[in-house]
Amino acid sequence: MLTLSTATYDAIVAHARRDHPDEACGVVAGPEGSDRPVRVIEMLNAARSPTFYEFDSADLFQLYKEMEANDEEPVIVYHSHTATEAYPSRTDINLAQEPNAHYVLVSTRQPDTVEFRSFRIVQGTVTEEPVQVVAEL
Amino acid sequence: MAVEVKIPTILRTYTDGSKAVPGDGANLAALLDDLETRYSGLKARLITDDGSLHRFVNIYVNDEDVRFTGSLDTTLSDGDSVTILPAVAGGSF
Repeated sequence: MLTLSTATYDAIVAHARRDHPDEACGVVAGPEGSDRPVRVIEMLNAARSPTFYEFDSADLFQLYKEMEANDEEPVIVYHSHTATEAYPSRTDINLAQEPNAHYVLVSTRQPDTVEFRSFRIVQGTVTEEPVQVVAEL
Repeated sequence: MAVEVKIPTILRTYTDGSKAVPGDGANLAALLDDLETRYSGLKARLITDDGSLHRFVNIYVNDEDVRFTGSLDTTLSDGDSVTILPAVAGGSF
């Protein structure tokens, strides 16, 4: 199960909407081992594409350096799909390399309906998990 | 050249869970060969069959992505910090 605050949920959805029709991507960091996603870090999609996302290599390095200095880890890795469902694609599965992260997918294909789902992706196996949104985390 | 190598979560299965390990080499290729002698299987996760760096693995020497400094030929100095990070990427298809 992924538990996150309303503020974090809203921030991820707002980022996805803002970058539509390109895919949006980012991380929600939290204290190492806590499973608490508390710090939203919007990342630039270096691919600037409606069908692909990739963190810029220098931004990625800075992000991990910062998380290491704060004793944080990426609790959530999120990105949007802008024309397809909020489910990991073959590419998403092949490239998922954070075995401890919750992979959140948001679909912005419908302007008025939010599709927000969370998955574990470990060694090519996708497991969907419930998402619990709470007022305060 | 004695350097420290930071290992990402997904590759710590090769290093008994260690986040950072010491290594040695005049350049990045030599360092990866040195690591392979102690952490068997690690190199294949970083280098393709044709000997180039995997497209979705990033290696940095100090703050520089080695793609901009000569890739596997990037030279190392004593005390350098080498960081391995998997790319964070995906797509709709």
